[in-house]
Amino acid sequence: MTTDIQAAPMRPAAGPRRDTIYRHAFLVRLTHWVNALAIFVLIGSGLNIFNAYPRLNWGKKGDMFDHAWASLDAVQTAAGMRGVTTVGPFHFDTTGFLGWSKADGDFTARGWPQWLTIPGSQDLADARHWHFFFAWVLAINALIYLVWSLSSRHIQRDLWPTGGDVKSIPRSILDHLRLRHPVGEAAKRYNVLQRFAYLALILLVAGMIFTGLTMSPGFNAFAPWMLDILGGRQSARSLHFIFASLVVAFIVVHLIEVVLAGPINEIRSIVTGRYAVPREHGR
Amino acid sequence: MTLISRRAALAGTAAGAGLIVAGCSKITGADALTGSAGFRRVLAAAEGWTRHTQRFLLGGGQLAPQYNPADLSPNFKSNGTSNPGGAEYDGHAARNFVDWRLVVDGMVAHPLNLSLAEMRALPSRTQITRHDCVEGWSAIGGWTGVPLGLLLKAAAVVPAARYAVFYCADNLDGEPVKGGEQSPGQYYESIGMADAFHPQTLIAYAMNGAPLDIAHGAPLRLRVERQLGYKHAKYVRRIELVDDFKAISDGKGGYWEDRGYEWYAGI
Repeated sequence: MTTDIQAAPMRPAAGPRRDTIYRHAFLVRLTHWVNALAIFVLIGSGLNIFNAYPRLNWGKKGDMFDHAWASLDAVQTAAGMRGVTTVGPFHFDTTGFLGWSKADGDFTARGWPQWLTIPGSQDLADARHWHFFFAWVLAINALIYLVWSLSSRHIQRDLWPTGGDVKSIPRSILDHLRLRHPVGEAAKRYNVLQRFAYLALILLVAGMIFTGLTMSPGFNAFAPWMLDILGGRQSARSLHFIFASLVVAFIVVHLIEVVLAGPINEIRSIVTGRYAVPREHGR
Repeated sequence: MTLISRRAALAGTAAGAGLIVAGCSKITGADALTGSAGFRRVLAAAEGWTRHTQRFLLGGGQLAPQYNPADLSPNFKSNGTSNPGGAEYDGHAARNFVDWRLVVDGMVAHPLNLSLAEMRALPSRTQITRHDCVEGWSAIGGWTGVPLGLLLKAAAVVPAARYAVFYCADNLDGEPVKGGEQSPGQYYESIGMADAFHPQTLIAYAMNGAPLDIAHGAPLRLRVERQLGYKHAKYVRRIELVDDFKAISDGKGGYWEDRGYEWYAGI
């Protein structure tokens, strides 16, 4: 593709310098890191809270007498205590990880293991303090991001897919599968899968806040229609968990892509804003 | 990038992500932070933000959602104390609580001392509501009782009173107080005036049409429908109106509050 070379600023052909652009506005960088910290703490403290009742029900109500569609249990068997993870009709032996794992050296019944939860020790009261403080951080940060991104047209311009983007979906999927990343001019803008991923994350965070508020008995009195939309408080709790799992899936893919696309350049761009555009013959 | 370096990059990501996740609480120092008094105060600020926001949103006294008889939990879980025991309570239970008294005193002009029969003779309200435990589960039950606001009006609460404190017959000792000594395990709770005078806030004596059973708080329990389960004190024998609860037990306004849980349990 010769167009990339033409698009680059005039420089000595053999020069080692690459075209550097200002990629991320200050507010995007700031809200990105606040968001990253908040989500990290919310997942860890959320798993600690989950452990207080390590089952997921569906509907208006649900306790240990009701059917759970998923659970992390410690079960007494002929071979001793085992951790059993149940999803629908399927049972998995997850001893050592889910249901029955070591905490401070001793095996104990706990849904998610000590090394995954915040705080590490099983403490519902403290986990709730962590969770709700950072839920406020997440919500305020998300609001600031949304207002700025919509008013500055960042979402409309950089995230909303264009007609050309939509047409490029099959090719973009192939490129991603081949771990081939855009270079030159194409690298200066988000590709279509990136756009969908970031838009999906915005929706997921909104979904996390919506399902979280729907679990609040106080908020239920203010907005009972939220319960009706989700199908009840235990459905809201299940969806809160499912959305959180999708956020984790986003984070995994996001981190893999950062590493594949050049971690130093990518991390620098989300810290300083400066992004070196990969050139076609850059290596 | 060559394929090999891509593989190395993928492996690097996996290792990096694993490291981040594996050290979750260690890297963040979450446990050390949780033990720090200053950091605890920072986190605790969120309770105030939530309380003020919900007080603002619920200024109109909105009702908690109510349900249909078809929604009732066939097996309403009993949590905390399922039988207070002890000679005194057992004696009351053996006599069907005919001698049980409910005292309303403190910052009131006319203290009350009511028998169960007198409570049953007062105007009542029946509602089917959802009970949300702080642990995450929910059960739906039908409750009949005297609106607390009615009792407080009859007792003529003085304007300076800010909280209604509920003293219970059950003792849940065993759980140490957050960061301190074991406090008396006597169960107690407290709510503010906005919730005390809310129409759905009841001193309930019946559940699902039958007299309250021992597991669910016989003979009298609190229902405060817009908050979590631990606020719904069981085995209530005294309601004291106060302007401050710092001098009661460990001073946080309730048995679970003394053990680190939020006083305002609207979320």
